[in-house]
Amino acid sequence: MQTTKEMRSQPTGALGWLTANLGRLLISLFVPVVTFIVLWQGFLFLRDSQAPQIVIVLVAILWGVGGVALLYLVSNWVVEQLPPAWTRVLQPFVFVGPGVAILAWYLAVPAFRTLLLSFQNNISTAWVGLDNYIFALTDRVMLEAFRNNLLWMIFGTSFSVGLGLLIAVLADRSRYESIYKAIIFMPMAISFVGAGVIWKFIYTYKGEGSGIQEIGLLNAIVLALGGQSQPWLNIPPWNNFFLIVIMVWLQTGYAMVIISSAIKGVPGELLEAARIDGASEIQAFFNVTIPYIRGTLITVTTTIIIFSLKLFDIVRVMTGGNNGTNVIANEFYLQRFTYGHAGRASAIAIILLIAVIPVMIYNLRQFQERRAF
Amino acid sequence: MAAKTFSYSRQRIFSSLIVNGILILICLIWLIPTLGVFITSFRQSEDIFSSGWWAVFPHRADVQSGEIKLDPSIDVNGPITIEGVTATFEEWREGVTLPDGRKLTWYGNKRTRTLIVSEKKWVGFSTNLTLDNYRNTLSGKEIRFRDASGNEILRKGNDLSTAFLNSVAVAVPATIIPILIAAFAAYGFAWLNFPGRRLLFILVVALLVVPLQIALVPILQDYTKLQLNGTYLAIWMAHTGFGLPLAIYLLFNYISTLPRDILESAFIDGASNFTIFTRLILPLSIPALASFAIFQFLWVWNDYLVALVFLGDKNRVITMALAAIVGEKGQDWHLLTSGAFISMLLPLAVFFALQRYFVRGMLAGSVKG
Repeated sequence: MQTTKEMRSQPTGALGWLTANLGRLLISLFVPVVTFIVLWQGFLFLRDSQAPQIVIVLVAILWGVGGVALLYLVSNWVVEQLPPAWTRVLQPFVFVGPGVAILAWYLAVPAFRTLLLSFQNNISTAWVGLDNYIFALTDRVMLEAFRNNLLWMIFGTSFSVGLGLLIAVLADRSRYESIYKAIIFMPMAISFVGAGVIWKFIYTYKGEGSGIQEIGLLNAIVLALGGQSQPWLNIPPWNNFFLIVIMVWLQTGYAMVIISSAIKGVPGELLEAARIDGASEIQAFFNVTIPYIRGTLITVTTTIIIFSLKLFDIVRVMTGGNNGTNVIANEFYLQRFTYGHAGRASAIAIILLIAVIPVMIYNLRQFQERRAF
Repeated sequence: MAAKTFSYSRQRIFSSLIVNGILILICLIWLIPTLGVFITSFRQSEDIFSSGWWAVFPHRADVQSGEIKLDPSIDVNGPITIEGVTATFEEWREGVTLPDGRKLTWYGNKRTRTLIVSEKKWVGFSTNLTLDNYRNTLSGKEIRFRDASGNEILRKGNDLSTAFLNSVAVAVPATIIPILIAAFAAYGFAWLNFPGRRLLFILVVALLVVPLQIALVPILQDYTKLQLNGTYLAIWMAHTGFGLPLAIYLLFNYISTLPRDILESAFIDGASNFTIFTRLILPLSIPALASFAIFQFLWVWNDYLVALVFLGDKNRVITMALAAIVGEKGQDWHLLTSGAFISMLLPLAVFFALQRYFVRGMLAGSVKG
């Protein structure tokens, strides 16, 4: 059907096709223009309207979701109006184009732009060479942030993965597995800011004096055991560990879920064979289960390492990076938005990027091995 | 033989007890922080300061039952004998328990000559819970409450209801738009042929782990030029951009494994790519779409950094409102706790309702930055 139409239009040539389809062409131009005007009006309404908030919210949702759907519909319609040969060439770009364009604008190009900015001064007007990197790698504050990120990476990751593994293994042997897993997993749904409030309340400290009752759980426990109440978040370097506990609380559920599904994939015959050969449960675990789920463990560990590298919200909300708890991502935020130094902030961002490049290469290699294409 | 099975089953019961015991312990540790905030959010601000949240449970505590005034003739510098018990002033200050169970504690310095009598009693049966905290944080009007020392405080409410609605307006499109764009792109990558297909997809995989900090400064410059800062569109696009690599990757994995025959027969029937996509691929991919949708929704709802940078104060979302209470009024626990709970309501509801999809999405997700 499509090919016959193509053959019929070929002899008349491009000009003939143009005259034959002039009306069609005009409509093809008209429709996108109307679409654009409608969407622009929506944008202006949302930006300037004083309507009740609930109305604005509903319009926003409708406009945002509907707008994107409309853009696809219209651009596909326009492409389908073209001669079939053109349609075949252009249609893939209607499908893939917007996604790739957004990726380019929001992630790929910014990486290069940030790289350029990182060699410029605070307001990006002059080149300063490696100054920002020298700052980022030698300044006392930055070194402290590096040290803290290292603590987050080592302790946060190992405790999250270790506890996740322990819970996954234990829950696998319990009848109430799903209840336990739901409870451990629940913090994943809570924002870091919300988690910050929850834990601030655990660590809160009122000070010493007669008649003062500690309302923070940790201090109450310490007092009940006969100790002294402490301002937990103000004692470096230990306050870092109190913050890391929050991350473990949040991330263990993630590690547990992924590891648990890997454990369920270990073939029963393998474990049975090990037991018949006289291996104890613990031996079977270390010599059969662990090697079998090694790939999953690596994936989970890398994901949590990346997470701890970029960690921002917990520190921002709990201490603001004071008292020796600063981390790289928070220093990035301070440099850019508090001190207004785009160059230094960019250098810090580039350092973060360099830190994840090994993972990127690992991902790419995995992808190549799978031969998905 | 029978003895052996008996000991075997006993061992099993024993190990199941240990397993469940450890798990219950860990689960309690996991639940207690949230429970504390939940209970606190219903307590009155004075109560929050005068006792820990666990005080709402029945427990034994010292309850003041009277006072003793010391006779002026008694010398307070040596050992003091009261009610037949002799102790030094320092010991009285710490509190001394009498043989009959009453406890006497010296009040203030030596000159007050006053002791407070208290007795251990069961308390906590009549707790004073209120919904006012929720009412106050949600409203944007003036609110009144009593602080730790009983003074009345007048303050502007936190207007969390507006922030909540803003979060909805940000999170719903910022979930659906990337799914739509990613589904189109995934279909293109999986089923259409075009030059540069492989290279572009490798770009997607490489971008999976790129930290979003890298994009904040340049994108902010663009937004300032385009005057997009503070608009919904700006933050939808930002969340779309940052969520897209994972979305395309997940949906590609799913769509590329759909059976080829269905598509080919649809092609033979004369369906266009667009029809196949909307009528066939989208309905078939609902499990994958749902799992990513929950993932993205939770991520956007809980996001703080992106909102902080691109939205500013104009349309502030719930995480920003909450962080503002932490910052400005760090000691207003009644507002903080109820605010924290309001911010958790929707994600927790979504999470528990659609947990299974969420897990499935994570399992497919490999390493994401």
